[in-house]
Amino acid sequence: MWVDLIVTVIKVLVVSTVLLTGVPIMVWVERRGSAMIQDRLGPNRVGPMGLLQPVVDAVKLMTKEDLTPEGVTGTNRFLYLLAPAIALVVAVSTFIVVPFGYDPGLELFGHAIGGFVVAPDLDLGILYLFAVGSLGVYALVLAGWGSNNKYSLLGGIRASAQMISYELAMVISVVGVLMVTGSFSLDDVVLHQAGTWFGFIPKWNVIPQLIGAITFMVAVFAETNRLPFDMVEAEAELVVGYHTEYSSMRFASFFMAEYINMITASSLIVVLFFGGWTLPGIATPGGWLGALATIGIFAAKVAFFLWFFVWVRWTLPRFRFDQLMALGWKWMIPLAVLNFLWVGVAMALGYL
Amino acid sequence: MVQYVPIVLFTLVAVSFPIVTLLIAKAVRAGSPHPVKGEPYECGVPATTTAFETRFSIRYYLIAVLFVVFDVETIFLFPWAVMFEKLALFGFIEMMVFLAILLVGYVYAWRRGALEWA
Repeated sequence: MWVDLIVTVIKVLVVSTVLLTGVPIMVWVERRGSAMIQDRLGPNRVGPMGLLQPVVDAVKLMTKEDLTPEGVTGTNRFLYLLAPAIALVVAVSTFIVVPFGYDPGLELFGHAIGGFVVAPDLDLGILYLFAVGSLGVYALVLAGWGSNNKYSLLGGIRASAQMISYELAMVISVVGVLMVTGSFSLDDVVLHQAGTWFGFIPKWNVIPQLIGAITFMVAVFAETNRLPFDMVEAEAELVVGYHTEYSSMRFASFFMAEYINMITASSLIVVLFFGGWTLPGIATPGGWLGALATIGIFAAKVAFFLWFFVWVRWTLPRFRFDQLMALGWKWMIPLAVLNFLWVGVAMALGYL
Repeated sequence: MVQYVPIVLFTLVAVSFPIVTLLIAKAVRAGSPHPVKGEPYECGVPATTTAFETRFSIRYYLIAVLFVVFDVETIFLFPWAVMFEKLALFGFIEMMVFLAILLVGYVYAWRRGALEWA
C-alpha cells in the first residue's frame, strides 16, 4: 500500500516536472521557429542559441509590478485574481490520463509500476479529460469579465462561444476511435493501434478515420486558441483579449497554461490518431530499455505535433469570427458525424 | 477508490503550483503604484463607462443554447460508441433513429438562421 503510494508520488512528480519543463522549451521553439519562418534571427543573446531566453523571461515576469485595474472590486476582484489560477490548474491536471509509454510489467522497489500513465486504473480516461479540459473556458471568461476592460470582455465572450462550439466537434470526432476500441481507457486506445495491415501500413486510427483526425486536429487548435483560431486574443482587434489587464506572474500563468494545453493537445492527437507509443514493428517491447524506447517514440511524435502548432501559426492568417462559427457549426460537426457513421458501417461490414 | 489517489495527488500539485509561483512573485516583484497605471487599457482614451455595461451580440446566447442541445447528443453517443460491438445492428439502427431526430433539429436551427453570423 505504502510502496504503491510512493510509486504514484514519483510518477506524479516526474510527470508534472516534465510538463512544466516543457513550457520554457516550447517558448524557445516557438520564438526560434517563428524567426526561422520569417527569415530573421530570433533570440540569440542569452545562452547558446538563445536557449536561456525563457529563463530570463520568467525572471522578468516575476519581478514585474502586478497591477489591478481600477473599478475591479469585490466579487469581480476575486474573479480577476482567480482566473489565472484556474487556467493553470486545469491545464496541468488534464495531462493525468495520457499514457506516454508501454509498461511490459516493470517493477520499482519490487512493486509493479502499473503503466506509464499517472492514473493507470482510471477506466474513464477520455471522459475525465473532456470533463476537466472543458473547465478551461471558465478561466478565459472570468478573466475577461473581471478585468473591467471592454476588449477583455469581448475576448472572454468570444472565448466562450468559440470553445463550446469546437468542443462539440472535438468530442464527436473521438466517437469513431471509441467505437473501434470499445473502451474509454487511453491505454486500450493505443494498444488497439499496435500492429500493421499487410505488414507495413501501421494500424493507426488516422488511416481509416482521416476525416475524424482532421476535424479533431482543427478542433484542438480552436480549443487551445492558437492561430488560425486565436479570435480570443486577436492582437489586431482586441489588443490581446482576455489577458490585456494582466501583468507579472498572473500574465505568466495564462502564458504557461497556453503552452501546457498545447503539450496536452499534441499528446492527445498522438494517442488517439497516431498510435501513441507504437511504431510499425515496435509495439510492445520488453524490459526497461524497451519501455524507454516507447517513451522516446511518444516524445518524438508529440514534438512533431508541437512543431506543427508553431508551423501552422506562422503559415495561416487569422479567421474572421463569422467564418470561425460557420466552420465550426456547418462543417466540423457534420464531418465529425460522417466520420463515425463511416466507422460504424465499416465495422458492421467487417472491414475494421 | 484507490484509482482516484493519483488524481488527488496530481490535482494537489496542480493547485499548489500557481499558489507557490504567485507567492514567490509577490515576494520579489516591484511595486510603485500610480493612478494612471490603474486605468483600464483603452488606447489612451479615458473610459466613459465601466466594461460591465458593454453591449454584445445576442447571438452568443443562441450559441450557448445550441451547445447545450448538441452536448447532450454527444453524451448519448459515448456509451453507445464503447458498446458498439455488443449492441451490433440493433444499436446501430437505434442510433440512426436518434441521429435522424437530431438532424431535424439541426436543419431547423440552420434554416432559421441560428448558425448565421452576420
